[in-house]
Amino acid sequence: MAEMILRLHIQGKSFSTDRGELPVLGRIDIALGAREIVALVGPSGCGKTTLLRIVGNLDTDFQGTLDWCGAAMPRIGTVFQEPRLLPWRTVRQNLLLAQRSEDPELADALLRTLDLAAFSEAFPSTLSLGMARRVAIARAFAIAPQLVLLDEPFVSLDPAMAARSRELLLNAWRARSTAALLVTHDRAEAAELADRVLLLGERPTRVLQEIIVPQPLRRPDPMP
Amino acid sequence: MFLLAWQIAAILAESRLLPTVTSVLRAMLQQTISGALPWNLAITLGRVAAAFTLSLLLGSSIGIAMGRWRRLDLLLDNAVTVLLNLPALVVIVLIYVWFGLNEIAAIAAVALNKLPTTVVTLREGARALDPALAEMAESFHMSRWRTLWHVTLPQLAPYIFAASRSGLALIWKIVLVVELLGRSNGVGFQIEIYFQLFDVTLILAYTFAFILVVQMIEWVVLQPLERRATRWRR
Repeated sequence: MAEMILRLHIQGKSFSTDRGELPVLGRIDIALGAREIVALVGPSGCGKTTLLRIVGNLDTDFQGTLDWCGAAMPRIGTVFQEPRLLPWRTVRQNLLLAQRSEDPELADALLRTLDLAAFSEAFPSTLSLGMARRVAIARAFAIAPQLVLLDEPFVSLDPAMAARSRELLLNAWRARSTAALLVTHDRAEAAELADRVLLLGERPTRVLQEIIVPQPLRRPDPMP
Repeated sequence: MFLLAWQIAAILAESRLLPTVTSVLRAMLQQTISGALPWNLAITLGRVAAAFTLSLLLGSSIGIAMGRWRRLDLLLDNAVTVLLNLPALVVIVLIYVWFGLNEIAAIAAVALNKLPTTVVTLREGARALDPALAEMAESFHMSRWRTLWHVTLPQLAPYIFAASRSGLALIWKIVLVVELLGRSNGVGFQIEIYFQLFDVTLILAYTFAFILVVQMIEWVVLQPLERRATRWRR
């Protein structure tokens, strides 16, 4: 049995609106192994981002439990749907600022891994969207995370750029394997990256189907 | 061009109500040599600096708090509106009457006049803060200090600069009025004396010396600081 890092049990989650309570998430159980990538695939608006925010401890208002399997809350690196970089800091500074104690070597190594070394002193406004998204991925890995949350990190990129970014993401993941939850609406992307794919339904969302990917394209597995 | 036109007009007018540029410059030089101009200039600048700092720190704190907390905004909104519409002269006179003709009252009167515009500007800045960046900082467990310094303050910088530049322009004008009404030194006091003597040359000498200094602060301090803070913009 692989070492587990997370057991999430949600009984329900709703938002207050002018027209009363809007149930978003139904009963959902997710278990995540320490080096496992699980993809959450579902239609727009089904609550995938809400699910990630709950795991990231950014939303604690839900019914259920978030269990770190007896350990303290792990270091979590989040890649938001928009890059959310600080425009007044250079690419490198964005990475260093996210780290609790600055580790320039790790930051520089990640910039090289994600093909950003030439842009380390650039300001985010000079980057393309694809590059900014890669900086956000580098930032998430810059804190040496035990868990990475990826919220549609390749959305609105052209297919070639998305494929290249996926490849670079896997390079970063191989260099320091972590658990990862990937939100996407692209099944092919999920199958390419994940060990398991959870198909989510309409609101209130629950897991419709769990698919074990026999041999994800990200093989070979990282060294333990 | 303006100085040339003035010089020609003054030569043609031959009136002590419109002195020539050269006579104003000569008066500035004499006052500088005698030490009166630098002394009074320094006193006025000290008051400007004190009132500017006080109004900016207090106004920014109140404005940011009002922008962040709706209840505080509702509580203080009317008071801010009243202060915004209160004539500067009324504030100055009332503070002198209540607290006496002293240095603290003078600086408080100036700061209070500038305070509401700073509050309103920074309130807008706080309302415009990007919650997505705050959430990013929270997700990476940035400390409060790190978040304030690297995430919040850079977003407020344009508003702080706007409040500073308009503040400097407003404050130095009000400081002169405060000095004229209730102090025995400073550029405002000197201008009042020369007004009573109907000495337009010295009034202009003090006025231009002060404008020059304030303009230097704008060129040497505020503009470079603003350029530095906004150099990340493409």
